[in-house]
Amino acid sequence: MSDDIVVCDACPVLCRIRPGRNGACDRYANLDGALTRLDPVLVTQRIAEAEGDLVPFGAGDWDGGLNPGAATFVTGIGSGTTYPDYKPAPFIVASEYEGVDMVTVVSEAIFSYCGRKVKIDTDRYIGAEAAAVRIDGEQVGHVTTAEYGSQMLSLGGVRHLTGGSKREGRVTCDSMLALSNGAAVEAVIDGGAELTLQVGAAPIIDGVEESRMRVGCGSATIGIFARQWHGHADEVIVVDDHITGVLSEHQAGQFLGMAKAGIRVRGRKSTPGRYFQVAGPGTGWGGTDVTDPLTIIEKIDPKSAWPGLRLMMVSTTGEDAAYFVLDEDLKPSPAAMPEALRLIVERIGENCEPALTTVMFMAGAGGSLRAGVTENPVRLTRSVAAALTRVSCGGAPVYIWPGGGITFMVDVATMPENAFGYVPTPALVAPIEFTLRREDYSAMGGHMDALRRIEDICDDGRIRATRWHDRAPWPGAPL
Amino acid sequence: MTPPVQAVLPDGRRRHFQHGPIDLVIEAFGAASQLALAYGQAWVRFQTVLEELVSELPALRAPVGGPLEGGVARRMARACAPHGGVFVTPMAAVAGAVADEVLAALLRGREIARAYVNNRGDIALHLAPGESFKTGLVTLGDEPALDVYTRILGVSAVRGIATSGWRGRSQSLGIADSVTVLASTAAAADVAATLIANAVDTRDEAIDRVAARHIDADSDLGGRLVTVAVGALPPEAVDLALGRGCDTARAMVDRGLIEGAHLTLKSRSRVVGASKLLEKVA
Repeated sequence: MSDDIVVCDACPVLCRIRPGRNGACDRYANLDGALTRLDPVLVTQRIAEAEGDLVPFGAGDWDGGLNPGAATFVTGIGSGTTYPDYKPAPFIVASEYEGVDMVTVVSEAIFSYCGRKVKIDTDRYIGAEAAAVRIDGEQVGHVTTAEYGSQMLSLGGVRHLTGGSKREGRVTCDSMLALSNGAAVEAVIDGGAELTLQVGAAPIIDGVEESRMRVGCGSATIGIFARQWHGHADEVIVVDDHITGVLSEHQAGQFLGMAKAGIRVRGRKSTPGRYFQVAGPGTGWGGTDVTDPLTIIEKIDPKSAWPGLRLMMVSTTGEDAAYFVLDEDLKPSPAAMPEALRLIVERIGENCEPALTTVMFMAGAGGSLRAGVTENPVRLTRSVAAALTRVSCGGAPVYIWPGGGITFMVDVATMPENAFGYVPTPALVAPIEFTLRREDYSAMGGHMDALRRIEDICDDGRIRATRWHDRAPWPGAPL
Repeated sequence: MTPPVQAVLPDGRRRHFQHGPIDLVIEAFGAASQLALAYGQAWVRFQTVLEELVSELPALRAPVGGPLEGGVARRMARACAPHGGVFVTPMAAVAGAVADEVLAALLRGREIARAYVNNRGDIALHLAPGESFKTGLVTLGDEPALDVYTRILGVSAVRGIATSGWRGRSQSLGIADSVTVLASTAAAADVAATLIANAVDTRDEAIDRVAARHIDADSDLGGRLVTVAVGALPPEAVDLALGRGCDTARAMVDRGLIEGAHLTLKSRSRVVGASKLLEKVA
């Protein structure tokens, strides 16, 4: 076989491509002996304003072609990587925005140190803190510190990508890729729940789709709705795995002059009307394992309670609610819920936000990738730290973690579709762009000889345009 | 490496699955709950198809005969098996077989009225009784045109459509601009279209051929000459070449291997079998 054949490693077929020919997929070619991606480089374009009117853009029949009038930002998606590292990044783009000369260095970076922080809007118990999260039997991460109204997972990272078995690394890589590119992923937590997770969709926990994120903890729910309940119920208990609220004991009930009802719930009292651990964690009422709410009542004090007392019990999302009236023996007897109370239960639901799964991609670009930007890599790190260089990921804004290195977080939902790839290492490939003033780029030892005008890049035919994500700031704006 | 990817096309209905050289456009019709499950099943199956094929690639590039493991590979061999006597490797059916396999996965246990899996022109169909599909046929040539359509009825045996020709992505030993075949599976249509297109041939100095290996180092056709250009041909040569293709197609129809074929060369077309299915738009 002659030497001018290029073996393409973009997919398992490993096509041997002759000069001037394409591989079987028509996406890669042998151009002058180099494997070249024919896939377009993705640019994002922003809607331009003309005399106050929005120029139609991204309408249904838009073909993904360039809109010459619109502001354009070249993303790293499809740009290829720098290898060996010292080569200038695939695209170093000079552009002018609002009269300022800007430079954007565009690359696709290979990340071993990278993971996903997953926020699952639910109070339901999904597993203990630090419990293993498994996909296809392999550990890909763990349950981490819960946040307000949400359970949190930390997935990926070097320990699972390259620190475990080959299969663990592959499953970790595949699942992170799928999750980041918008596919649904099924995970199982040791001693906990089975989850179906998809960015921007409601989480599915043990086969049940979560619909609402709680309006607040049990105590907060009491605080919000106390006045509305007053006069319609003599006691309201809001069942919550975190803090269960008891209206007549709570500051809010006392402020309204309510008589203490003498219904003592289980668990550990925090402050008046607020109780921790009324039951075990679970997927029942308010993130507890409760399915019959009366089981959390420890005793009813005959000195305070009275026959005919109206007791309302409700969860923090309003999904579960029950109404009881105490009989002559002070036993709660189920009764039809009065209309006024039913409306408040509905209002609790109305005030819940939709439960979502959201994913932040977190990665560190502190390594040799920087050599593709400048001959003096630490200057890039310092420039980013000093906010003279803006980092974006597929054009999406990132949060830079303080301290050493360039460790960033980005909401994958703000990135263009299918922005992530992988290498067999295994490691993730993600786009990254550094945008800074031209004079700053020159001063840090940037590859000025590799600079190309954005107009020239847009002319070279490898460009596919996508509409800019409305929620995000414009990545190419002057610093 | 780039993993398998899926996307919903801009019309919000069709799905696009891609991995390496496999590009599928998929659409199913049925209740929303059934569709979500069906697309999910199809995606699960799709993700390992390429790796399975690659693992048996040497055997798939050799003339039919060896034992094969994968579901798609066995579909390929099964489609090629009846065509003994001419040179053919299972690769002749690869596009159709992938379409058949993914369609089968999509349908498993689901209630779907109609569905198609289109693998860059080679199409696997599902039709419940009483359903039908209208499919346009672009006749390739110097001026490609959409001037033929087929209406595939649920009562017919047609569940696969495939097109071959020297202008297409695969190499051809013949000079047909395009040969479209209707058959009971996409894999059967795929291999038949390849072989009929190979048969549409004549000798003429206006035809340029080179060794297949010279274009694609991995070609299953090896040193065989494949067509790379067809200049102006005298009408007799066009008739002769088309006639040879029609003979091959007719033999396949008679043996029950295909339902029908539509052949095009230099703006002339012939239809063999299934004439009611192939109509020219006025």
